[in-house]
Amino acid sequence: MLEFIEGYYAYIFLALLFTIGLYGMMVKRNLMKKILGMSMVQISTIMFWLVSAFKEGAGVTVLNERIGVDNPDLYFNPLPHTLMLTAIVVAVITLGVSFALAIAIYREYQTLDEPSLLERMK
Amino acid sequence: MIGAEAPVFIPLAFLVSAMLALLLGVISRPLAYVTAIVGSAAALFFSVRGLQAVLADGPISYHLAGWMPPLGIELYLDPLAGFFCVLLSGITLLVMVYGRHSVQHETPRKEVPFYSLAMFLVGGLSGMVMTGDLFNLYVFLEIGALSGYGLVAIGDKRAPVSAFRYLTLGTLGAAFFLLGVAFIFISTGTLNMADIARVLLVSQPTTPIMLGMALIVVGVGLKMALFPMHAWLPDAYTHASSTATALIAPIGTKVAAYILLRVLFFMADPEYVRHDIHLTDVVGYLGAVGIIWASVMAITQKEMKRMLAYSSVAQVGYIALGIGLASPLGFIGAVLHVINHAFMKACLFLVSGSFRLRLGHSSIPKLDHGVGRVLPWTSAAFSIAAISMIGLPPTAGFFSKWYLALGSIEQSNWVFVAVLLISSLMNAVYFFRILERMYLKPRSASDDGKEAEMPQQAAPANNEAPGSMLVPTLVLAAGVLVLGIMNAWGISHIIEPMIPEGL
Amino acid sequence: MTSDMVYTTPIPFLAIMVSLIAVPLILLSRNRPNLREGWTLAAALVKFALILYLLPAALQGRIAEFTIIEIARGIDLQLRVDPMGIFFALVASSLWILTSFYSIGYVRGAHEKKQTRYFASFAVCLSATIGIAFSANLLTFLIFYEILSLATYPLVVHKESDEAYRSGRMYLVYALTAGVILIAAVGWTYLLAGSADFVPGGLLAGIIEDPGIARALFIMFMVGVGVKAGIMPLHSWLPRAMVAPTPVSALLHAVAVVKSGVFGVIRIVGFVFGPDTMQAFDLNLILAVFAGATIILASLIALRQDNLKALLAYSTVGHLSYIVLGMALLSPDGFLGGIMHLANHATMKITLFFCAGAIYVNLHKTEISELDGIGRTMPWTMSMFAIGALGLAGVPPINGFVSKLFLCLGALQADQLIMLGILLVSGLLNAAYFFPIIYRAFLRKGDSNAARFKEASLSMVVPICIVGVLSVLLGFFPNLFFHFYDLAAAAVDGITGITSDNVLAGTLP
Repeated sequence: MLEFIEGYYAYIFLALLFTIGLYGMMVKRNLMKKILGMSMVQISTIMFWLVSAFKEGAGVTVLNERIGVDNPDLYFNPLPHTLMLTAIVVAVITLGVSFALAIAIYREYQTLDEPSLLERMK
Repeated sequence: MIGAEAPVFIPLAFLVSAMLALLLGVISRPLAYVTAIVGSAAALFFSVRGLQAVLADGPISYHLAGWMPPLGIELYLDPLAGFFCVLLSGITLLVMVYGRHSVQHETPRKEVPFYSLAMFLVGGLSGMVMTGDLFNLYVFLEIGALSGYGLVAIGDKRAPVSAFRYLTLGTLGAAFFLLGVAFIFISTGTLNMADIARVLLVSQPTTPIMLGMALIVVGVGLKMALFPMHAWLPDAYTHASSTATALIAPIGTKVAAYILLRVLFFMADPEYVRHDIHLTDVVGYLGAVGIIWASVMAITQKEMKRMLAYSSVAQVGYIALGIGLASPLGFIGAVLHVINHAFMKACLFLVSGSFRLRLGHSSIPKLDHGVGRVLPWTSAAFSIAAISMIGLPPTAGFFSKWYLALGSIEQSNWVFVAVLLISSLMNAVYFFRILERMYLKPRSASDDGKEAEMPQQAAPANNEAPGSMLVPTLVLAAGVLVLGIMNAWGISHIIEPMIPEGL
Repeated sequence: MTSDMVYTTPIPFLAIMVSLIAVPLILLSRNRPNLREGWTLAAALVKFALILYLLPAALQGRIAEFTIIEIARGIDLQLRVDPMGIFFALVASSLWILTSFYSIGYVRGAHEKKQTRYFASFAVCLSATIGIAFSANLLTFLIFYEILSLATYPLVVHKESDEAYRSGRMYLVYALTAGVILIAAVGWTYLLAGSADFVPGGLLAGIIEDPGIARALFIMFMVGVGVKAGIMPLHSWLPRAMVAPTPVSALLHAVAVVKSGVFGVIRIVGFVFGPDTMQAFDLNLILAVFAGATIILASLIALRQDNLKALLAYSTVGHLSYIVLGMALLSPDGFLGGIMHLANHATMKITLFFCAGAIYVNLHKTEISELDGIGRTMPWTMSMFAIGALGLAGVPPINGFVSKLFLCLGALQADQLIMLGILLVSGLLNAAYFFPIIYRAFLRKGDSNAARFKEASLSMVVPICIVGVLSVLLGFFPNLFFHFYDLAAAAVDGITGITSDNVLAGTLP
C-alpha cells in the first residue's frame, strides 16, 4: 500500500485536486468559487500531462546540452510540455472569459451568490 | 488547385473573417455583417471545392506547415467530413444573412462582436470536423467553445448567467476530454487519430485506454448535451439571441456528436468499443432515456425557444441512439439525423427569431391564429420543419428515424424501437400544439362560431419578415424536403462509403 | 411475371401529381371562388381521365410501373398499376368528381368559412389516396398513408369549434399512433424479406417460420391500417370525425380515408402475408374475430343513434369490416366479395352522406327524429337515400347485394358458418336501423313549415342522383363502365393463384 502511494503520489495528489475542483464547481454557491474550482480542474489536467512525461533521472535537452537527443531515456518527453503550453493559454483565456461573465452578471444583478442570483432573475 | 488545399482554407476563411470583422467593425458596423457573409461564402466555396475533389480523387490529407503526421498536425478531408463542411458553412451563410435584422433587433449595438464571435465559432467547429489530431481537436474545440460562450452571453438580460453555466460545464467537458486524450497518449504514444487506430488494432486493450475512451465520451457528451449532461443547454439556447441559437443549436452540438462518431468508430476499434467495454451501449441507452425525458420537458414548456432547446436534447438522443446501435444502419441513421436535424432546427430557430421580430415574442400561449396570416411564409416553413421533427414522410426527419428504427429492429432492440415510436408521438404533441395555435381560431372564442365575436381578428395585415430573414428560412425548409427525397443518394454516395469496417 | 406484362409509363405519377399541382393554384386564387373551384374540378377530371387511360391495359393484364426515385436505401418510391390498385383508384377518382360538384353546392349553401383551405386539403387527400392505390411497395404506401393522415386533419377541424378540435386531436392521436406502429411493421418486414414490394400471393410467404413473430407482425400491421379501416376497438375516431363538413365525411370517411385503411388490409393480407401464411399461423382467425365483432357491434350501436351522420358513421364502421371479413375468409369468393364491396359500399355510402348533407344545408336538420315527412319536401334526395339504404341492407338488385352474395359464398367456401350467420344477421340489423328513417321520411306527416323548403340545389341533387343510379346500375351490371368485376377477379387471381373461371364457378382450389 505504502509502495503504491509512494509510486503514484503525484497522480493521487492530482486526482484529489481534480475532485476538489469538481466539488467546488458543483456544490459551491458563489460564482467566484466555481471559477476557482474550474481552474483547479483545468490545472490538474495539465499537471497530469506533465507528470506523465516525467522520467526518473532524466533532464531537459534544451537546458542541458550534454544530454543530447540520441538517448530518449535521458530527457523528458517534450511533446506534452509543448502541448500543455497551448492548454495553459486556453485555460487562461477561459479564466478571462469567465471573469468577464462574472463581471457582467454582477453589473446586472449586484450579486455573485447563486441563490440570490436566481432570486433576482425572476 | 484549390481542391487539395481546401482543408486548410475552410477554417482559415472563417478565422480570418472573424478578425477582419473586428477590425472593419471599428470603421462601420454594417461592414462586420458583410465580412461575416463574405467569410462564410468563401468557406462554402472552399467546402464545395473540397468535397468535389474528395468525391473525385479520394480523401485529402493536408499536413499543416509541412510536418508529416503522426508528428505534424494533419487535416483530413474524407467524403463525410467534406459533406459536413459544406453543411456547416452553408448553414452558417444562411444564418449570417438572416442575422441582419434579427441581431439588430435583439442585441442592438453588439453586432461587431457578434459576427466576429460567430465566425470564430464556426472556424473552430470546421477545424474540429477535419482535424486528424486529438490535441488539435481539443484546441479547435476550445476555440469553438470559448466563442460560443461569448455568443450566448450576447443575448437578453439573463444571457450572461446561462453563458456562465455553459462555460463551467463546457470547460469541465473539455477537461475530461483532455484527460482522456492524456490516457490515450500515454498508452499509444501518438496523437494522430489514424495512428492511434493502427496501434489500438494490434495492441491488447488496457485499462488506461478504456478509461481514456470513457473520459473522452464524457467530455464530448457534455459538449453535445447528451442526457444527463445537458443541463447547460436549455438556458443557453433560450437566452442567447435567436441568430446565435440558430447557429449553435444546429451546428455546435452536432459537431460534437460527429466527434463522438469519429472517436468511437474510426479511432477505436468498433468491435472493442461495443463488446469489450460496452461504451456504445451506454451511449445508446443514455440517448434513449434522454429522448423521452427531454420530450416530456419540451411538452411542458411555454416559451418556444425553450421548447426547441429541449427538443434539441431529444434529437441529440436520437444521434446517440444511432451510435449506440453500432451497426451500419445505426451509423447511417445517426449521420443522417445529424444532417437533417441541423436543417430542421436551424429553420425552427430562425422562425422563432422572425416571431420575435414581428410579433415581439415567441411565447406559445400568446400565439394565435393570426400568425398564420401575418407571417404566412414563415408559418409554412415552420410547419414543414415541425412535420419533419415529428418524423412524417416525405420530410427528412422521417428517413433518419426510418434507418434508426430499421437498425433497432435488426438487433431486436425493442426498447429502442419503442422509444423511437413514442418520441415521435411526443414530438407530435408539442408541435401540433403550436400548429393548432398558428392556424386555427382560439378554442374558447369559437364556441358559437359567430364572426362578430372577434372584432380584433379583423384580418390582420400581412406583415411578413424581411427578405433577408425570410429567404434563409425558406431555403432551410425547402432543404428539409429535398433532403428527405434525396436521402438515398446522399447515403449511397457519402455515408455508405464511410461506414467503418468493424461495424 | 413476364417482362412484356410490365411497362413503364409516368401516367400513374401524373395522376397523383395533378391534384398536388392544383393545390398552389387553389391557394393563389383564394379571392376568386369560381376560378378556385374551377381548378378543383379540372384536377378531378384530369385525374379521372388519366386513370381511365390506364384501365384498358390493366384489363389486358398489363401492369404499368413507374419508379419516381430511390427514396430510401434499397427501396424505391415506386408506383405500380395492378388490378387491385386501379380498382381503388377508379373508385376514389370517379367519386371525387361528383364530390367536387357537390362540395361547391354544399360549402356555398352552408356558407362555410376558409373554403380555400378546404379545397386545398381535399386535393392533397386525393393525391395521397391515389398514391396509396398505386403504391408498389410498403414504404411508398406508408409515405402516402401518412400524408393522407396529415391532410385530413385540417378537414376534420374545419368547423373550428371545440368539438371539432377535440375530434381533430383524437383523430391525430389515432392516426399518428397507427402511423408509427406501421413504420415499425414496415421496417420489420423489410428486414425479414429483404424487400418491401407487394407481391401477389404474399411477400412473406415462406419466410416467416416463427408463429410468434408472424402474429406480432400481423397485429402491428393491423393496428397500423386498422385505425383507418375502423376495426373495433380502433374505430372511435370515425364517428367523432363526423363534425367535419358532410362532403368530407362522404368522400373521406366513406371512401378515401377509411377505404385506404381497408385497402391496406387487402394489401397486407393478400400481398404481404399471403393466404398460405395467414392460414398457417391462424392469422385469419384473429382478423375474422375482430371483423365479425365489429360488424355486429357497430350495427347495434347504429340502431341507437339519432344523429343521422353518426348513424352513417357506425354503419360505415360495420361495412368496412365486411371487407375485412372477406379478406379473413381466405377463400376466392371471400376476396372477391370483399374487393367488390369496397366499390359498392363507396357508391352507396356516398349517396347516403350526400343526402345527409343536402338535408343539413337545406333544412339545417341533423337528427333522425326531425325528418318526419321530409320525403315530400325533398323527393329526389330521399328516394336516392332509400336506394342507398336498401343497398346496404343487401336488397337486390342494388349493388350491395352482389358483394354480399359473394361474401356469403366465400363464407360457405371457407366453411365458416359462423361468419355466414354474422353476415345475415347484420343484413337484418342494417335494415332495422335504416327502416325508421325511410318510414319517417315517406310515411309520416311532417310539420307544416317543412312545406316552405324545396329540393336542394342542383349541384347537390345531380351528384346524388348520379351516385344513387350508379349503385343500382352496378347491381345489375357489375362490369358496367369500369369493369369493377373483372378487375376484382383479376386481383383475386393474383392473390390466390386461381383463374377467374374457377372463381366464377365457385370451386375450391
